[in-house]
Amino acid sequence: MHVDLYERLWMWAAGAIIVLFLGAIGFATVIQGRVPPSHVETIDPQSVFTDPRFSEPGVTANPDGSVEVNMIAQIWIFRPNEIRVPAGRPVTFRMTSPDVIHGFQIVGTNSNTMVVPGYVSQFTTTFDDPGEYLIVCNEYCGTNHHNMSATLIVEEGT
Amino acid sequence: MIHNRRLATANIGVAVGAFGIATFMALMQALSRASLDLPWRSAQMYYLSVTGHGVLMALVFTTFFIMGMGVAFTTRALERPLRLSGLAWLGFWLAVVGTAAATWAILSGEASVLYTFYPPMQAHPAFYIGLTLVVVGSWLWSISTIVTYLSWRRDNPGKVVPLAVHGILATIIVWLLATVGVAAEMLFQLIPWSLGLKETVDPLLARMLFWYFGHPLVYFWLIPAYVAWYTIAPREAGGKLFSDPLARMVFALFIILSAPVGFHHQFMDPGISSGWKMLHTFTTFGILFPSFVTAFTVTASFEVAARMRGADGLFNWIKKLPWGNPMVAAVLLSMIMFAIGGIGGSINAAFGMNAVVHNTAWIQGHFHLTVGTATALTFMGVAYWLVPKLVGRDLELVLLAKVQPYLWFLGMFVFSISNHATGLMGMPRRVFEASYGGSAVAAQWEGLTLISALGGVLLFISASFFLLVMLGTVLAGRRAEQPVIQFAEPLEGEPKRLLIFDRIWVWVVLAVVLVALAYAYPLADHLGMGAIGSPGFKPF
Repeated sequence: MHVDLYERLWMWAAGAIIVLFLGAIGFATVIQGRVPPSHVETIDPQSVFTDPRFSEPGVTANPDGSVEVNMIAQIWIFRPNEIRVPAGRPVTFRMTSPDVIHGFQIVGTNSNTMVVPGYVSQFTTTFDDPGEYLIVCNEYCGTNHHNMSATLIVEEGT
Repeated sequence: MIHNRRLATANIGVAVGAFGIATFMALMQALSRASLDLPWRSAQMYYLSVTGHGVLMALVFTTFFIMGMGVAFTTRALERPLRLSGLAWLGFWLAVVGTAAATWAILSGEASVLYTFYPPMQAHPAFYIGLTLVVVGSWLWSISTIVTYLSWRRDNPGKVVPLAVHGILATIIVWLLATVGVAAEMLFQLIPWSLGLKETVDPLLARMLFWYFGHPLVYFWLIPAYVAWYTIAPREAGGKLFSDPLARMVFALFIILSAPVGFHHQFMDPGISSGWKMLHTFTTFGILFPSFVTAFTVTASFEVAARMRGADGLFNWIKKLPWGNPMVAAVLLSMIMFAIGGIGGSINAAFGMNAVVHNTAWIQGHFHLTVGTATALTFMGVAYWLVPKLVGRDLELVLLAKVQPYLWFLGMFVFSISNHATGLMGMPRRVFEASYGGSAVAAQWEGLTLISALGGVLLFISASFFLLVMLGTVLAGRRAEQPVIQFAEPLEGEPKRLLIFDRIWVWVVLAVVLVALAYAYPLADHLGMGAIGSPGFKPF
């Protein structure tokens, strides 16, 4: 099969670009540890409010200085609705839904996860900049989806 | 000549009708997101409209158009009428009935679940059954086309199949492979559950099945557009196809790479381990390759066309292209937009980077460049060229047809760039309005949502031009003998020898193996997870 010289070069270049992209992604994944939230844990969606893992949503400080936030995303609110965490410390978010699928996104950061009933979403992040952040639901969850939001306050580290 | 002209016309007619309805919905949505008040504006109406727009554009317009175009191209290229044309007609009517049922469910407010219909949000059974009938209808068309091809193959052993049919067959194979997923989701999960025969469904399993279907779905939209780029546009521009074998390679690669990529829509999902998401990242980047090759071959074909028209400089050939031909202009502008869309798409697929854009307005900005322009604008260009041949009338309102692709390009540029920007600033997609109770962060999106609304208005005007041209042509176009469909000749002459890319079965087998590698283990793993299902909710 005859392939024009320029097209042959182009195909090699295209292959090289793809390899380069994948190399960059590999670097970000392996060296920088940027892995999407992929926690595997199930829960009965019909007993979220009585399940010990989520019966008291809120912020817990661990002895080692890390922080855990347990949240419920439900039609059309986040529980708790206002969260205070310290800057510069690892914060682990854990959340689930008792009804439909929701999304959790902290605007201005790369914190983003789906919240799927029957599963527990979990990811850990650190906030460097103190201030007030807007949390929005980014997966359509019904007529008031666009009003489903919460506030994250990152406080000066102590 | 084109055989089965009425079948092709009927399919394209339904496609254009669905496009027309969905266009009105789109205008309202774009204005709504910018908080511009309209008389009947409400959140309920907005989400109903987003569902209608998505279903009618992405599922109905595309599927019917592809069936109509497929009938015309296959029968012309193989120079024979469809085999089992009764079955193809039955498929058409099933799909029409299905569309009517789903549309009824949506308009009555019983199915505002968006076109991705993720459970446990639950729609009226007519919505799921209707969409399933659309898919079953498309299967009947697929069978009829495949049998037609096989009868041609029997009569022409050892002959190379025309490129247009090679592309249509690739489209059908990708579609048959993909729809297995959505059919399983519909038949085993959503339909029995919505009828009350099943208490609960597993929403994550539904998402896995949906996205197993949902990404090859975009190649089902794209491959027919590529068929038009490779086999029609070069000739319409006055030239030849630069490389026939590479076009065949592109279609073959789409057959194998379309399906094993679905997890890149689920990077942010819990319950799927990151290793499988990474594997799908690799295959997703592999599928950039055939589009890179297409960018070269089709551009080179246009250059050949311009040089045959007398261009001689390094760049002045671009000016020599027939930019006033609506079909050629639609393809050229689609290609430019698709290049931008492809860059955005590789960001979406970039594993960790996806977290920045997932479910933000960036995504709607992205797919309006791909399916909303590369596919939709190409189809409009094909319609300007094909519909006169189908109905035996001259194109009417030619000036509108000449302006329309440019207006679409401009409107989409304004709409898409502003949505990409608000997305990067964190604005979620699919929201009725985005003020979040007067949040200061959300206030920063305001100017850009207005620009996006302006883009929506331009697109609406452009779409109206398209509809006027179609109506004008069919109802009032001058009856006249139309030129027959002629496919672009390869620069190096028609291929004589079968290449590996022509051995379709090899690619089908490879595709099935790759799907098994990409999905068998995660699916088995998932089924053994002991996930607890959800009852249905109707919060709309």
